[in-house]
Parts: sequence; C-alpha cells; structure tokens
Amino acid sequence: MNIIAVGLNHRTAPVELRERFAVPESHLPEALARLKRWPGIDEGVILSTCNRVELYAVVKETAHGVESLRDYLVTLASDIGWERLEPHLYCLDGAEAIRHLFRVAASLDSMVVGEPQILGQVKEAYDVALTHKATGVVLNKVMKKAISVGKRVRTETGIAEHAVSVSYAAVELAKKIFQNLSEKTVLLVGIGEMGKLAARHLIGAGVRHVMIANRNYERAIDVATQFNALPVPFSQVHHEMAGADIVLCATAADAYVIGPDDVHRALRSRKNRPMFLIDISDPRNIDPAVGSLDNAYLYNIDDLQSQVVTNLGQRGLEALKAEDIVRVEVPPVVVWLKSLEVVPTIVALRRKADSILREEIDRILAKLGPLSARQRELVEELATAITNKLLHGPLIALKAEADSSNGALFAETAQRLFDLEKELECIAKAQSSEQERG
Amino acid sequence: MNVLFFEVTLLFYFLGTTLFLVQLAGRWEGIWKPAFVVAGIGFFFHTLALVSRMIEGGHIPLTSMHEALSFFSWALVMFFLVVELRYRVHILGSFILPMAFVSLISAAALPKEIRVLEPIFRNVWMHVTLSLLGTVAFAVAFVAGLMYLIQEHMLKSKHLDGLYHKLPALDFLDELNGKAISFGFPLLTLGIITGALFAEFARGSFLNWNAEQIGALGTWLFYLIVLLGRVTVGWRAKKAAYLTVVGFAGVVFTLVGVILKGQHPFA
Repeated sequence: MNIIAVGLNHRTAPVELRERFAVPESHLPEALARLKRWPGIDEGVILSTCNRVELYAVVKETAHGVESLRDYLVTLASDIGWERLEPHLYCLDGAEAIRHLFRVAASLDSMVVGEPQILGQVKEAYDVALTHKATGVVLNKVMKKAISVGKRVRTETGIAEHAVSVSYAAVELAKKIFQNLSEKTVLLVGIGEMGKLAARHLIGAGVRHVMIANRNYERAIDVATQFNALPVPFSQVHHEMAGADIVLCATAADAYVIGPDDVHRALRSRKNRPMFLIDISDPRNIDPAVGSLDNAYLYNIDDLQSQVVTNLGQRGLEALKAEDIVRVEVPPVVVWLKSLEVVPTIVALRRKADSILREEIDRILAKLGPLSARQRELVEELATAITNKLLHGPLIALKAEADSSNGALFAETAQRLFDLEKELECIAKAQSSEQERG
Repeated sequence: MNVLFFEVTLLFYFLGTTLFLVQLAGRWEGIWKPAFVVAGIGFFFHTLALVSRMIEGGHIPLTSMHEALSFFSWALVMFFLVVELRYRVHILGSFILPMAFVSLISAAALPKEIRVLEPIFRNVWMHVTLSLLGTVAFAVAFVAGLMYLIQEHMLKSKHLDGLYHKLPALDFLDELNGKAISFGFPLLTLGIITGALFAEFARGSFLNWNAEQIGALGTWLFYLIVLLGRVTVGWRAKKAAYLTVVGFAGVVFTLVGVILKGQHPFA
C-alpha cells in the first residue's frame, strides 16, 4: 500500500493544456466516484484549480497504481492523448507525494508563493472527496495533516505578509498615505478590468465612497450600481478630483487624461490634503509630471509591479522557513503510513495461523476418535505452542520494524513468505465497510 | 534620594533608547515590547525622582535648568507612553526616547543642587510648567514632522523599504503635527504671559529685550504663523512638516542660549 500523486501544474504545463484536464466543481462528484471504482485505486482526492490538476490516491502496489492513475487522468480530457500529456506529467509516491501535497497546501508550490487561495482549495477538494466517500484512513489523515501544515506555515512565517499583486500593492500604498481608508473617497476613471479589480481591493480595505467616471456614461452608471458608487460624467473628472483622495486611472485612452495642472488645481482646493494617484493604464493616462507635485503621490503600473517583485523577494526568505516546517512535518506521516502496512500484516499472519491451527486440530481430533477432555486439551495445547513459537520471531521482527523505513519491505516479505493475500483482502474489506458505517 | 532615582532613570532611558534605536535599524519587530517596558520602568523612577525632589526641597522642582530639562524629559516620556498605549505607533519611541534621554543627560551635566527658593520665585513654576509643556508639544510636532518628511521621501522616491513599513500613514503624522501645534501654542502663549508678569513683578518691566525673550517672542510668532497658515491657506502636509522641524530648531537654539548665557533667572 502506498500514497501516490499524479498531476500537472503551472510549472510543467501551459494553461491551454491544464484547462483541458481541469475538473469543474459540478463534475467533481462523478469524477470522484469513477476514481474510487478505478482498478487498483483504494482512495482518491482530486485537486483541480486554475494552476494545477492533481490526483492523490492510495494504491496497493505503487508501480501499477501510478500507471492506473495516469490512465485515469488521461480520461479527464477526451481529446488529448497520452503522448501529448506525458512530458507535462509528474508522478510521485510515498514521502515525495506527501511532501508535495504539504508544499502545495503551504502555498510553496503556487505561482505566487504565499498566495492565500490554495489552502482553501485544498480544504475544498478534501471536503468534496470526504462527502463522496472517496477517501479512507490514509488520505483522511494525510489531507488533514496537509491542511494543518498549511495553516502552520501561514501563522508562523511571514510568507503571506506583503502585497504580491498589483491591486494589493496599491492598497498597501494607500494605507501608508491615509490612516483610515473608510473616510476616503476613490475616483475610478475608466472601467477596465484592472481598474475594477483595484477598486474592489480598495473597497475590501474599507473605502466606502467611490465615484466612477467613464467616457460612456451609461456604462459608468451600470458599474456604479454594482459598486454602490456614484457615477460621474467624464467631463466632470477634473472637477471631481478635488474631492477624491485616491484617483485610480485605467482608461483605454492613448493620451494623458490627467495633467499636472489638473492635479495642482485639485490640490489647491483640497488645501493640500495629499492625493494618491494610481495609473494602471497602458499607455499611461496620468502625466508623469504630476509625480513631482508636492502632496501628490503618483504610482504607475511599473512602480506597483516593481513593488510586487520586491515583496516576492521578501517572501522568498519566508518561504525558506516554510520549507523547514514542511521538512519536519513529513517524516512522522511517512512513519505512520509504514506502520499501517505492517499492522494488517501482523493481523493477517495471526489470523492465518489461527485458521490453520483450528483446521488441523479439527482434522486430527476427528481421526483420533473419542478422547478424554484432558487429552483433547493436551492436543490443542501442543498445536498452539508450536504455532506460537514459530510465529514469535516473525511477529517480533515485524513489530520492531513497523516504524522504520524497512517496515514496508518486511511486511511485503512476510506477506510473500506466509502467503497472506487472502487474509489481507478480508481485513481491507472489513476496514472499508467499517469506515462506511463510521 | 532624588539623585539616586534620577540616576536609575538615566540608566533605564539609556537602555530604552538603545532598544528603540535597534528597532529603527533592525528587523526584529517585537523589540518594541521590551523597549516599552524599559521606558515605563524609567518613567516610574523618573516620577519618583521628581516627587522625592519636591519633598526634599519643599517646593515644586522647577527652579533651575537642571530641573526644567528633567521635567521636559519626563513629560516627553509620559506623552510617548500615553500615545503608545492609545495608538500603538511603536516607531514613535525611536524618536521620542532618544530626545528624552539627551534632555535628561544634559540635565545630569548641569548643577543638581536644590536651590533655596527666594520668596520672589515662589510662583515662577507656573511660567516654567506652561512654557515647558508648550515646548514638549513642539517637540512632538517636530518628531511628527520629521517622520512625515522621511515617509514622504520614501513614497516620492518609491524606495519602499525598511522604515517605510515601520512609519505610520502620512495623514496620521500630519494630524499629529497639527494637533501638537494647536495644543502647544496656547501653552506657550500663557507661558510667555506669565513670564512677562513675573518679570514685571521681579524686575519691574515686562520686557527687557534680552536674547531669550527675543527668542521666545520669535518662536511664538513663528508658531502663530504656522498655525494660521494651516487653518487658512492649507499649510499642511509637507510644508507644515518642514516648518515645524525648522521651528523646533529655533526652540532648541533659544534654550541652549538661555543655558549658555545664564542671564535668565534660572540658570
């Protein structure tokens, strides 16, 4: 028995390929049910986000399991064959698979290291698999551990501390100019996606007053209702700027929309209260000369981007701490997994010995004819003593190796030597039916 | 006894200053906690020093330059502790505490003996307290202005590192600056009026145009303009920060003048 992971992510595969294999939320129950029934797979979890599609599974036999899981993955995208997929695929097993899962949950494997969404996505993937009974003893434990490692990394390292998206960098800057964003007014000029995203971040950070201007006034009204904002005719932008603490410019214009004179006038009527001007349009919409005015702070997309890069470097340092956390969290799980293999082997060996014992005693007693109670007792004692003494060595050895890295090898050897396959199957069946009831 | 307390205070302020300077330079974020505790203990001993000095001398200990500087330092630290508890602006300690320490060590260098209070000086403490509290407010305005200029520079140069993360928002600093001046100005005004009354009473003339009186009047006029400029024509933000930094230099200059020339009845 082993835990394996097969998948493709933002590093190994382009988005065109990843999105073909992505499993939408609505298809997840069906996909999990199919995975659970797939040959050689005992437990499974599907983690499908825009940056990765990964399958985690518990299999009886590693090599066959990996092959089987890869075959399953291919079925997720009907029109893409194995040849195209293969170079983008990674297959991991045992400690490596566990370590990978922990790194994913800790956001160390993300495109933007430290991004907060992935932990929630891991949790979601596990919850869905749990509700659809695709997981068992092993994945329940390992997934829960992965989530707790993810949480630990978030609380114990600064991995998620500094802004690493342009929108968020803008919010962080705004907070260094204005103490209390809830009293501040944002003027959004242009309603491109980037502009709306940044405005949404600012609202999330507490801004309550938003004005929206657009060349097409109808659309400004549309968006304004979405944002609970005030629509402003485009011709009024320069006038309204006096009331805006933050001006967010993101139009498709190919010339400057706001110049130093406009800002100078606005600052004068604001009695020099500082203004934060964010130009996230390309080409730029705010004349760079605005930046040299006192009390006007102009940041364009490149400035914000370079701030993001600096913060990413900062995160790199914190990521090292996070890697350390992952490093210490993996081995205990591996040990536990190994002991899982040994324990059923011990049980199976005991059970096999007992059944042989029972069978042989019954057979010999039938042949011996009538015996006194004392004689029967002695026959049974003899047989039991022989089996116990014979098993003593192997059982002790198995128990001793349960936690070591040799556990699996010992278990497999014992299974082969004593031919325990049937018994193990019985035990596995009993376990899974117990879990279904539980 | 008061001298012992004074020296213990000096030790704690030195320690607090060191910790707060480490905060300014270093990356250890939690350092404000021990620094705050050390400053608090120092403040406790400082209070003891002032109270025991009052009991030993039998009058409010504001009759010599040593006592004035010690009181100035005490009021600064008190201000810092209150603001820290209220607003959690840890970085403020890195500016205020060194200032309090410098003031206290200057006090330590001056004659420390408790003077026998001539009857004529009995009510001089009112003038001294008001002027000193006004000066503390200007010192706070100075610190806010200095922090503003640093943060302003970081934001303008887009060099967003180190201190940028530790300093508070620009508008908070500007507000602190404005509040400190509108608080300090009336105090200084009253301090000057009581001083003039005292001079009239002691020497028979309100004003005798000596250096520190001219300095005090100049300071008063300067802050009056700063205050009016803020209210009327929007001298806030960067301009206000500059003016208060420069203005406080004038205050320190006047104070040093008073100490060196020794004309003031104080020195």
